[in-house]
Amino acid sequence: MIQSISILAGKNKVGLAERFSEIHIDAGEIIGIVGPTGSGKSALIEDIEQLAQRDTTSSRQILLNGKVPDADLRFDPKKKLVAQLSQNMNFLADMTVDEFLRLHAKCRGKDSLLSEKVIYYANSLTGEPIRKDMNLTVLSGGQSRSLMVADVAFISDSPVVLIDEIENAGIKKHEALELLSGNGKIILVVTHDPVLALLTQRRLVMRKGGVEKILTTTEDEKRLSVYLNQVDRELFTIREQVRHGEEISLEASSVASVTENIIG
Amino acid sequence: MKVIIAAGTPGAGKTAVLLNTIKQVRKQHQVAVVKIDCLYTEDHIRFFSIGVPALLGLSKDMCPDHYTIFNTGEMIEFAEKHKAEMLVIETAGLCHRCAPYTSNSLGVCVIDATTGPNTPLKVGPFLSTANTVVITKGDVISQAEREIFRERVLEMNPSCRIIEANGLTGKGATELAACFEDAAEFSYDEERLRHNAPFSICTLCVGETRVHQQFHRGVIRHLNGVQEYLGE
Repeated sequence: MIQSISILAGKNKVGLAERFSEIHIDAGEIIGIVGPTGSGKSALIEDIEQLAQRDTTSSRQILLNGKVPDADLRFDPKKKLVAQLSQNMNFLADMTVDEFLRLHAKCRGKDSLLSEKVIYYANSLTGEPIRKDMNLTVLSGGQSRSLMVADVAFISDSPVVLIDEIENAGIKKHEALELLSGNGKIILVVTHDPVLALLTQRRLVMRKGGVEKILTTTEDEKRLSVYLNQVDRELFTIREQVRHGEEISLEASSVASVTENIIG
Repeated sequence: MKVIIAAGTPGAGKTAVLLNTIKQVRKQHQVAVVKIDCLYTEDHIRFFSIGVPALLGLSKDMCPDHYTIFNTGEMIEFAEKHKAEMLVIETAGLCHRCAPYTSNSLGVCVIDATTGPNTPLKVGPFLSTANTVVITKGDVISQAEREIFRERVLEMNPSCRIIEANGLTGKGATELAACFEDAAEFSYDEERLRHNAPFSICTLCVGETRVHQQFHRGVIRHLNGVQEYLGE
């Protein structure tokens, strides 16, 4: 079991030491990674994925449960630490949702009955119901992303989940993060979406290939996060109403804050 | 000298993965590249452009893998002329029946994850006899599909080292560079293929163009699986 991972500082692209000695992350924690393109976000994630031992360009070292990991953890592909979820990912396999989930469960040595559970939880994240006899390739972006989240939560064993830019995914983001972190996974979110970024406990700020600073989410930010999450949920509700061809009423209770601000 | 032989399906990203890896390796070693293709390629220019000595070989009428094997000695001479400690051979590999890896080379199979979960079962010896399998384009498919693909690769080649790479970002290059470093010393006089080439030598191989079965001779195989020798 992985209770924690530690990142020991390396150096940035210009060879300067990173300004921290160790970043310790516990299971169940949600960490944000922010910074412009080319700032080193992907390299940091790759270091974690490969369990770098001062042998990558960044010279960082990754510890598991405070210790140097066994070599087989680094090289056995079945024991890969990081599962990934991103906006660019699609399902390409030409099979039904149920067949696919059963195949994945079999590959991971898990009970094929997990398929039902995954579909149930995926449906709690999306507005459009997913049925087990649907073909994977016809799923919408929101349905696909929901299924990927639920699949990672229950079938993939990887203790670390990397979420890369899922801001426009059309899923309930807060619930998605809860589902993943609730299963004791460490979550790394690469995002500039304030809804996601402020849901994290800490944010690593990347610059020139190194971690420039580490921000702990403040009380102000937490309050803002609650508000943004409410707005996000309302947007989600309105999007579903539009999708179902409904007329949007400002008086509707589901869009309380919109109502307050527009009609006072 | 260490010899790295890279094979893979067309468009899988062999050249991109090799370019990223060579950029890492050449910090410590002199590298030479030979690019083999069938009819046309400009990939060798991409190797020139990063300042690595590169040679192009076009197999034309010869089977590209057989051409690679036949010309191994000439490639070694090219690498020696450039004082290379490492020779990287990028093959064209098309029919998936041959595997160009030799006993002491590092066999690298580059395979595209978007081609579907059955691909590892179809491609044969260039996957099953490789030392390192590089899976590309995994960033556009779901984690679940990546894991299924990985499992299928391991079914075909349980002892291989798997590297998930991205030719566009350079992900996986450091890992592959470490495999290059660990390659054995190549010995041209003693090298043997890990897997034999197909036995079927038929009249089509020597230029027959007529389709009707009565014109064909050699070691042939019927649709129903019967294999026989037709001829004198």
